[in-house]
Amino acid sequence: MSVVATSTIVDAHVEEVHEHHEEQNFWKKYVFSEDHKTIAKQYMITGIFWAVIGIAMSVVFRLQLGFPGINLSWLKPVLGRWITETGTLDPNFYLALVTMHGTIMVFFVLTAGLSGTFSNFLIPLQIGARDMASGFLNMLGFWFFALSSVVMFISLFLHTGPAAGGWVIYPPLSALPQAHMGSEMGMTLWLSSMALFIISSLLGGINYITTVINLRTRGMTFSRLPLTIWAFFITAVLGLISFPVLFSAALLLIFDRHFGTSFYLSEIYINGEALPNMGGSPILFQHLFWFLGHPEVYIVLLPALGMTSEIIATNARKPIFGYRAMIASLLGIAFLAFVVWAHHMFVTGMNPFLGSIFMFLTLIIAVPSAVKAFNYITTLWRGNIIFTPAMLFSIGLVSLFVSGGVTGIILGNSALDIQLHDTYFVVAHFHIVMGAASAFGFFAGIYHWFPKMFGRMMNNSMGQIHFWATFIGVYLIFYPMHYIGIAGFPRRYYQFTTYDFAKSYTNLNMFVTIAAIFTFAAQFIFLWNFFYSMFKGKTAPLNPWRSNTLEWTTPVVPGHGNWVGEIPAVYRWPYDYSKPGAAEDFIPQTVPYSATPESNLPHETALIAEEKELGEINLNDQFRTAH
Amino acid sequence: MATTATTTLDKNLWKGGVEPMRASYGKLMMWFFLISDTFTFSALLVSYGLVRFSFPSYVGKAADFVSSNTYWPIPEKIFDAFPFFHGVALPLVFVGLMTFILIFSSVTMVLAVEAGHRMDRANVEKYMLWTILGGATFLGCQAWEWTHFINGTDTGTIMEQIVDGVKVKQTIFGANLAQNQYGPAAFADFFFFITGFHGTHVLSGVLLNILIFYRAAFGAYDRRGHYEMVEKVGLYWHFVDLVWVFVFTFFYLV
Repeated sequence: MSVVATSTIVDAHVEEVHEHHEEQNFWKKYVFSEDHKTIAKQYMITGIFWAVIGIAMSVVFRLQLGFPGINLSWLKPVLGRWITETGTLDPNFYLALVTMHGTIMVFFVLTAGLSGTFSNFLIPLQIGARDMASGFLNMLGFWFFALSSVVMFISLFLHTGPAAGGWVIYPPLSALPQAHMGSEMGMTLWLSSMALFIISSLLGGINYITTVINLRTRGMTFSRLPLTIWAFFITAVLGLISFPVLFSAALLLIFDRHFGTSFYLSEIYINGEALPNMGGSPILFQHLFWFLGHPEVYIVLLPALGMTSEIIATNARKPIFGYRAMIASLLGIAFLAFVVWAHHMFVTGMNPFLGSIFMFLTLIIAVPSAVKAFNYITTLWRGNIIFTPAMLFSIGLVSLFVSGGVTGIILGNSALDIQLHDTYFVVAHFHIVMGAASAFGFFAGIYHWFPKMFGRMMNNSMGQIHFWATFIGVYLIFYPMHYIGIAGFPRRYYQFTTYDFAKSYTNLNMFVTIAAIFTFAAQFIFLWNFFYSMFKGKTAPLNPWRSNTLEWTTPVVPGHGNWVGEIPAVYRWPYDYSKPGAAEDFIPQTVPYSATPESNLPHETALIAEEKELGEINLNDQFRTAH
Repeated sequence: MATTATTTLDKNLWKGGVEPMRASYGKLMMWFFLISDTFTFSALLVSYGLVRFSFPSYVGKAADFVSSNTYWPIPEKIFDAFPFFHGVALPLVFVGLMTFILIFSSVTMVLAVEAGHRMDRANVEKYMLWTILGGATFLGCQAWEWTHFINGTDTGTIMEQIVDGVKVKQTIFGANLAQNQYGPAAFADFFFFITGFHGTHVLSGVLLNILIFYRAAFGAYDRRGHYEMVEKVGLYWHFVDLVWVFVFTFFYLV
């Protein structure tokens, strides 16, 4: 019944495709495009480019960790001087690799790559808008990101190397150019790049928020928004109020580095010489940094959770369990994200009483997180699960979210954290819960929305192989890391084999390195699948996953303006899967209750009266009149 | 007819297809940008507070106050100069005048926005000009205040500090980012940074105001049918003024 309704709408539109659009030239269409779909793809390709570089970096330093002093002279063609005469990795460059891996993966891949891609692509399509509120600012946002990428990329080739003080760039190490070669030009470019990045994220963020508030199609109330949109919306709010704090922190750091101020510097000796700086506080930087840094974790994770909600409901053929609880938990996590930052700073000498407050607030995050985890599981419970690659990655995300979240409860305890701080336990924890989980969300999103992006299907078997290799690989890498960390193996050490007791880590580290190489190799299956399918994949049907949301009512490859003819109205929430009484196991959001008397619940029948009135208002369609 | 349409709209305000609260996307974007900018300034002011209270305050009678880099100065003892009144101590009078000018320019901005609602081009032009004048005067005052702060007093202050790794005692005149005669280095650092950052905002506000004035004068908003741009820039201008109130409070009064 409902399917018939959708397909007739689409048929009616096929004939009038592109009736009022003149061809845009190459630059306007692919480079300085203001179309949200093109901008999304630009973010995606840039993100994938960075991901390859960022992960490759991790494999290089994993080699040194797994096989200390390994001969890497075969990497000389790529790394040049950073491979010493004896063929080992330069310790200074090791630090730079760790720093750049963190920076690239957190900011460029999982913030811009993930949020930039899917917020841009899905917000207009799922709320029923022609485009973002301001296409121009959106384009500007991407190009600021591109510029920041270029600056960061250039820093990789500096004579003194890129920034090397850890992705958190704590002063005084980062504030004093003479402290380490990575604190010279590399740090300057790092800060410039991040300043540009923050501008980009601001431009993106205000666009996402405004679009969701103002450009929803008629009938798309907030309580009918897909959870993806809720997640993107809240993510954008988080970014909007946390990134400016990093901006301030970075500006102050730039002044300390170049203009002799003492914001973060106090009574310090370097190379035996006393510096004139007085009265600043390096801890101040940590406070400012983590006020961004902690929400950043959720900026990375929430979009992945949102997409997972959508994909799990669709492929379990069941309504999402606890739609409102899902929104409430998103809001709860977002709020708590701003009041827990000092749990990164338990060992900075803060008052233990303050530590216990931050511990308490941190542990509360377990509540909304558990709500989400249980809601995913209960959505899967007795569903007609279809194991598409997107679904597998979503379930994988839930698994990672749970196992990484549990170690978060351990780390959130200020007493335990004193032992575990800056060990590989922390590395294992955040790589599982934020790194791998968000990456899984990214993969899930690509597999799920690839047909809408490129009008072609990705290869299913390759997707399945990619999933299992990645899923097993990720656990093989990060599970042993917990044990290495509990035993006391510290982060950011080039080598930790001086003492006899430290030799006991060698075997596990070797194992982790091999697992990392295996997992990295598995990603090339994805890359092949991605690029091959983009051009040669099977042509996608209109609604390949039999999904309810609005993006599947557009043409297979939506043109500029997304819908041909009028934007459809929305009459119901997006999770009417397997509704008792309905002919099909899904009812798209565009099907009015008046068309489905057989499956309506009593309160839904009551809404029929409103439907006609709702269909008549449409003041927002910015392309309604020919332009 | 029109009323029925309005009531239907009001009832369905959040149901999609309309702009909730009838705020255009441009206005919303300005609001969200301002929220973001609030956090930029908050971070700076919080940093200021943290460093300021890590220093001891001056103890003793205010009348006997002398500057030293071992405690935080009393602001009204530092900011007591006024153009053409050299040597007269007029605590906070000049910055009070600056504040008054800036707040007054907010009033004229309100009048410009109001005139815009009435599609009264002449009055929009008039009040925008006053606003631009107010903003430019504020910037001029700030330039004078900075110059005075940088050049310092006639006597300077003897301070002990580290130069090239050695502790030396020397007389310091005025202020720069590394040292100043008024107090700890951080005092001038934050003064320059926060008032400078605010001044940059005022400067861009003035430039935006000039742009809006120019566009209004040539009838761009009459042709467009509304003066919303004036309102949007007005939001920014009020925000910049509001931030100044906080800067003023935390830097000069507390």
